[in-house]
Amino acid sequence: MSQLDTRNYDKFVSTETIDGEIATLNLGPTHPATHGVFQNVMKVDGERIISSEPTIGYIHRAFEKLAERRPYNQITPITDRLNYCSSPINNLGWHMTVEKLAGIHVPKKVDYMRVIIMELARIADHLVCNSVIGVDTGALTGFTYVFQEREKIYEMYEEVCGARLTTNIGRIGGFEREFSPVFMAKLKKFLKEFHIKFQEFDNLLTRNRIFMDRVIKAGPISAEKAISYGFTGPNLRAAGVDYDLRVMNPYSSYEDFDFIIPVGQDGDTYDRFIVRQEEIRQSLSIIQQALDGMPEGAHHTDVPAFYLPPKEEVYRSMEALIYHFKIVMGETPIPVGEVYHAVEGANGELGYYLISDGGRTPYRLHFRRPCFIYYQAYPEMVKGAMLSDAILTMSSMNVIAGELDA
Amino acid sequence: MSMAELNNENVLKALTDTFGDAILHSEMQFGMLNVEIPADRNLDIIGWLKSNESLKMEFLTDLCAVHYPEQKGRELAVVYHLHSWTKNYRMRIKCFISAQKPEIASLTGLYNAANWMERETFDFYGVQFSGHPDLRRILNMDEMDYHPLLKQYALEDETRDDKDDSFFGR
Repeated sequence: MSQLDTRNYDKFVSTETIDGEIATLNLGPTHPATHGVFQNVMKVDGERIISSEPTIGYIHRAFEKLAERRPYNQITPITDRLNYCSSPINNLGWHMTVEKLAGIHVPKKVDYMRVIIMELARIADHLVCNSVIGVDTGALTGFTYVFQEREKIYEMYEEVCGARLTTNIGRIGGFEREFSPVFMAKLKKFLKEFHIKFQEFDNLLTRNRIFMDRVIKAGPISAEKAISYGFTGPNLRAAGVDYDLRVMNPYSSYEDFDFIIPVGQDGDTYDRFIVRQEEIRQSLSIIQQALDGMPEGAHHTDVPAFYLPPKEEVYRSMEALIYHFKIVMGETPIPVGEVYHAVEGANGELGYYLISDGGRTPYRLHFRRPCFIYYQAYPEMVKGAMLSDAILTMSSMNVIAGELDA
Repeated sequence: MSMAELNNENVLKALTDTFGDAILHSEMQFGMLNVEIPADRNLDIIGWLKSNESLKMEFLTDLCAVHYPEQKGRELAVVYHLHSWTKNYRMRIKCFISAQKPEIASLTGLYNAANWMERETFDFYGVQFSGHPDLRRILNMDEMDYHPLLKQYALEDETRDDKDDSFFGR
């Protein structure tokens, strides 16, 4: 026994063997390294994973059932709680779905305002995901850098809608108010200063030898597999497929903007990281373009049946009072039909399949939650990998518990 | 058959030319083609859509069910959203099955993504996907003895009498 080995490890290692023995490891649902309520029951041989069995549904809140009893404008707060790292994308995607069903066309200015908010949300979401990849490799510093920047994005949300995390941003038909001068000042400051901080973060990780050795070839997936498993968003693009809804099926005037879709090659953790890093830069460019090209006009369209009238009007005018009452009580007429609308969420194609029977609530509303669909590839991706790679693979896939369990 | 560009007309024509009477009904919903097919033909028709060179519906975007309790004998609709990425064309396939015998073939052999989507549909509607490798509940707990998204289960406790919604729809 050596002087340093006070706990008798030498003896333990020499007498106990785990070779050939398969152990069952219960990872989660409250394991701190899984960033949410995820449970995986793994069979491990030493540190190598033989199989993994995810159990999901720990925070299932029956959103699809709830939606069948709620008027259309009251469903927006439900969508907040899907991918809560980028709530505004969910909110605005839902508004666009209802607008598609009701045949509402919003002014160009609303499209541009939405693009700004959605791209800010994308940046915030990617910052969380990428900095957490750093945390899981042991590099905590970058996380603290970019969370300050994420805070600035949250302050901007606050300026637009009053909330930070579960934003409930915008309305069916537009925005509740014009972007305030404070918001504009914050946004311009952000655009000027963010890339400096972001570059610092980038310098810490992207070409860092230790980080690269750690994440390259961790949790890879091929393009064919990714398509078959229903991958979308950055995870799919990391595997080398250039599918992006903003280009493929442009919504909210995305066709007006000039940006690049970054793609990876191997679909591993490093590629997912790099794709998100580049998407953040592209999002910044989109925001700048939207800001420069912001059209004149109103911040909402004229749909009194959906868009709440100004409060002063409600006190003075009969029509405004009627519409106010009807909207608040959810008595808005809506066409019969079914519509599928999808937006490029921060982690993939976020789709809304809405069936209306003309009643005050949806007859059926189904959320196509991107991470619910691609998380099922996780057991295959971590099979044969080391346990620590499994943690890394999960964080790099950007699986959000709220969206997974709906 | 080769099609440079897919649109609702030529896809519907290709489907009716190939499957004839199996195309029970078709309609346009907000620009998207809806096609109803018999439930026992889902595997070969969707498989054909996937493998056909000029259609290549290789991406299963979404799979879910809808409950129409008043349609006797065809209460449950299983809805597939397919997407051809190479041609950038989306369509919707529907199969109606009865609530008494909710059985339909599983698409897991065609799309890996169908696995959890079908588990979710089973969980909420009780649709039995034959050929599914692991048809268990996914979001609800295993002990649950009903399928909660069916319309007969009201969201709120029906014994409550302190709320009167009769003035405001359902």
